[in-house]
Amino acid sequence: MSKQYQFKLVLLGESAVGKSSLVLRFVKDQFDDYRESTIGAAFLTQTVTLDDQTTVKFEIWDTAGQERYKSLAPMYYRNANCAVVVYDITQSASLEKARTWIRELQRQADPSIVIALCGNKLDLAARRQVSQEEAKKYADEEGLMWTETSAKTGEGVTEIFTAIAQKLPLTAPSATRAGGARAGPGARAGVDLNKQAASAGQPEACNC
Amino acid sequence: MDEEYDVIVLGTGLTECILSGLLSVEGKKVLHMDRNDYYGGESASLNLTQLYRKFRPTQSPPTELGRDRDYAVDLVPKFIIASGELTKILVHTDVTRYLEFKQIAGSFVYRDGKISKVPSTEMEAVRSPLMGLFEKRRAKKFFEFLQGWKDDDPTTHQGINLDKDSMKVVYEKFGLEPGTQDFIGHAMALYLDDDYITKVARPTYDRIILYTSSMARYGKSPYIYPLYGLGELPQSFARLSAIYGGTYMLDKQIDAIVTDDEGKFVGVTSGGETVKAKQVIGDPSYFGAGTDGGKVRVVEEGKVVRAICFLKHPIPGTEDSDSCQIIIPQNQVNRRHDIYIAMVSSTHNVCAKDIYVAIVSTIVETDRPEQEIAPGLSLLGPIYDKFVDITPLYTPTSSGENDNIFITRSYDATSHFETVVEDVQDVWKRVVGSDLVLKKREVEVQG
Ligand SMILES: Nc1nc2c(ncn2[C@@H]2O[C@H](COP(=O)(O)OP(=O)(O)OP(=O)(O)O)[C@@H](O)[C@H]2O)c(=O)[nH]1
Ligand SMILES: [Mg+2]
Repeated sequence: MSKQYQFKLVLLGESAVGKSSLVLRFVKDQFDDYRESTIGAAFLTQTVTLDDQTTVKFEIWDTAGQERYKSLAPMYYRNANCAVVVYDITQSASLEKARTWIRELQRQADPSIVIALCGNKLDLAARRQVSQEEAKKYADEEGLMWTETSAKTGEGVTEIFTAIAQKLPLTAPSATRAGGARAGPGARAGVDLNKQAASAGQPEACNC
Repeated sequence: MDEEYDVIVLGTGLTECILSGLLSVEGKKVLHMDRNDYYGGESASLNLTQLYRKFRPTQSPPTELGRDRDYAVDLVPKFIIASGELTKILVHTDVTRYLEFKQIAGSFVYRDGKISKVPSTEMEAVRSPLMGLFEKRRAKKFFEFLQGWKDDDPTTHQGINLDKDSMKVVYEKFGLEPGTQDFIGHAMALYLDDDYITKVARPTYDRIILYTSSMARYGKSPYIYPLYGLGELPQSFARLSAIYGGTYMLDKQIDAIVTDDEGKFVGVTSGGETVKAKQVIGDPSYFGAGTDGGKVRVVEEGKVVRAICFLKHPIPGTEDSDSCQIIIPQNQVNRRHDIYIAMVSSTHNVCAKDIYVAIVSTIVETDRPEQEIAPGLSLLGPIYDKFVDITPLYTPTSSGENDNIFITRSYDATSHFETVVEDVQDVWKRVVGSDLVLKKREVEVQG
């Protein structure tokens, strides 16, 4: 019997390091050289197949630019199962920023969160400012996954998401409620507002 | 910052966040700022540290209450009425994807020293001690009349004109006792005082229908509530705004609202810099509320007293409900306005396990507000800790049409968000120049 697990994945990192580009590559296998800062890219999902029996569905939260002035809402971290913290290998300041985000996650997010540190723009390695040794050493110290990627060429992108999927604890299917996802039928203990929308406007029987 | 915006929004309360989200979706360039380092303004939900910082700056939270992060204590006690306008906005903007809701487990009303459940099914109604046998029959006729009413079918009107006759006339036609009127007007139509009785019946009819259709929606009570507290609501609309390009800046002191010679809005000064925009929207606290001096842009309309109480047990007499509303109609305690109790607990992820958070509130009538809520407090049983807040309710003095300054209203004493949505619609109309129409959202099929 095949099983699908659903997890909430959040992206963090300084503006322009390529968070949205990584998502776009992973979800749609596209890249855009002149991307504007995240607009309208609400809420994407992508599924990773681990084996015949197991698929992992990521519900991906991009920052929507709210990180720019340190104004991310607590809702963003809430129930996140994994985080990809991105820096730009050609900007050493962006690794500093990544460290700040990782501290923030360790403070705010669930202690069991899986964190991957990701050095993006690997295609620009000629202009590298952050060495692999430095980043890897830091990741090891903090117990993070680490890799380098290029959203432009696609190098390492699927791999990092697959590696995260493999690291997540596959306990109960869909039991890990991923922050407000519309999980499958019965997965929710709460009420579904969308369902009622269909019946809105119809006369209701009085219950009195 | 040399950028110029269409709209600057000040304060991240629910009203401002809904407006910000809808304006961004509409394509406006929005800058949204808040002086606090958290979202929600007056309608925030606070963790313990934030709660103590606000009410008892010199004290730290007792360890006995558990982990800070488990708490999201609402400052304004409201629930979402299931069939109301806020629900429509939540669904249409699709922010429901960020939220999860649960029912409020019960709705109760205080009568002759006792709490009784507001019946949610016919079975409960038949057994309810709220009415005698004959009164139940009369009430049944009354509700059948309301349910059967069709504007264009005079045979359903039974000689009543909802737009001309007062509610008093309707009550008298069905011969309902004063106690039943109290129950209908306060526990179902959710009026805070008795002024409605002498007014035309239509709004009361609308409110009863809203209540009964909301009750029918999920079954236990007419209310739903977002997990992690009401503060999730402004956050989810802020995210909507950000996704459509809105820029967010928290923790920003607003030093001045800059106007030109004619008093028209120019920009907002923060940290020595002035950001320009065509229009500004903000909550009353950004426009001189609570301070004197400067231009008077808001006036106080009254005060609400709210007591946030931590309990270590469910409220007695509520069948151990994990959440509830209790209404104490004004007549029962010789007041002009009802006292409300709103209670939530760890079921809604707003506090540690075995803690219950009850907020007792009413509109202030005397100079001793805390005494006014005593009848509510006395229903709670032993209170572990209590934070009392007396909040003035502000309303803007001008429409903003002349100066491009649009001010929202304070959160009133009603038990749900319908007046908040009215304010959103009202401000929208003045800012944009046309009615707020919720475009039908595209149905997204997730693969
Ligand atoms: N050469 C190269 N450019 C990239 C890569 N990834 C992203 N970019 C470019 O970097 C710029 C910023 O990328 P975004 O994906 O918008 O960055 P972001 O982190 O989402 O930025 P914010 O939404 O502002 O926080 C864009 O011009 C991208 O085209 C990459 O791997 N290589
Ligand atoms: Mg982006």
